[in-house]
Amino acid sequence: MSVYLLLFLEFFKMGALTFGGGYAMIPFIEETVLSHGWLTTRELVDFIAVSESTPGAFAVNMSTYVGSEVGGLFGSVCATVGLVLPPFILILIIAKCYEKFKQSLIVRGVMLGLKSTVVGLIGATVIKVGYDIFFPFGFDIEVIPYELSSGNFWFIIVVFAVMLFLLLYKKLNPILVIVLSAGAGIAAGYTGLISL
Amino acid sequence: MKPKLKLCLQLLLTFMKIGVVTFGGGYAMIPIIENETSKKKKWIEPDDLIDVIALSESTPGPISICAATFIGYKLAGLAGAFCATVGVVLPSFVIIYLISLFLRQFEEIRIVSYAFFGIRAGVLALLIKAVISMFKKSPHNIIAYCIMAGSLIAVAFFSTNVIIVLLSAAVIGLTAALIAKKRGREL
Repeated sequence: MSVYLLLFLEFFKMGALTFGGGYAMIPFIEETVLSHGWLTTRELVDFIAVSESTPGAFAVNMSTYVGSEVGGLFGSVCATVGLVLPPFILILIIAKCYEKFKQSLIVRGVMLGLKSTVVGLIGATVIKVGYDIFFPFGFDIEVIPYELSSGNFWFIIVVFAVMLFLLLYKKLNPILVIVLSAGAGIAAGYTGLISL
Repeated sequence: MKPKLKLCLQLLLTFMKIGVVTFGGGYAMIPIIENETSKKKKWIEPDDLIDVIALSESTPGPISICAATFIGYKLAGLAGAFCATVGVVLPSFVIIYLISLFLRQFEEIRIVSYAFFGIRAGVLALLIKAVISMFKKSPHNIIAYCIMAGSLIAVAFFSTNVIIVLLSAAVIGLTAALIAKKRGREL
């Protein structure tokens, strides 16, 4: 299959099957881009930061970015159109019979399932991304002592804890979280606290 | 200019503006969409806007796309929906495409690689916040909790395909709703 058609179809599938917007799409995106080898988990995490600091919906940004990485300008058009098309078509259909749609028992039942599963799916992504960030060399008995003794591990723990606190209790803007974490990384890098 | 053509052009420009100023996407877009389409332009009643948001939540895809398509369609039919949707996507498309051209090289610069090392810890915190806010917005009953736990375990520890998880969750939710109705109860 041509790479353009593959991009279109994979992102069409994502556009059709992810509910809830924003980060609800991450688990699906993660599975797709990893299984095709389009991005690594780390590149995906880096791109989340880029997407938070630029305008637009996360899923749209992701489709443009992956499309461009895999197939250049035309690739990014295919991926983005693929993602946007399913909600576009569905909304056009529903807009005509909105009242019926709203009261439908089937819709409410399906939504109960989907809204709940999204929480679990993002939870699973947190576990996978956390594992990749905290234990980049794997969770092996031989490397664990090495990982725990490195400055990198403790740096990540401290930055993560501080940012989580600021987000949850100080309602800090996500862009500021990214700027502060970047500043911490630069400071730790040049003082030799972390080594890459 | 024909009135409909003019309206489509306005939709395109207004949604481009919305596409430029909304960082982070998702629910952050709602107040801005409200301000532009309801308060400034009087295109849509505030009550209808609440419906748009509910509709976006029960259809797939990003909220901004759903809102643009719906409002565009209500105002000027298919052409309106097309213009509004293209408008909301275009700014981020251009910006992200430009970024994609140099992000990899950019990450190899020493100072940037340090910055991204720190940023990954921050992103993990953002993801946890997303889980918490999704949890707050989701249904709170025993079936919902079982689906949450089941899908987390299935994907995190057994690498189950996400489509299978989504479809199973939809079937379980639907079954639960039908059983509840049969017994004459609200879900």
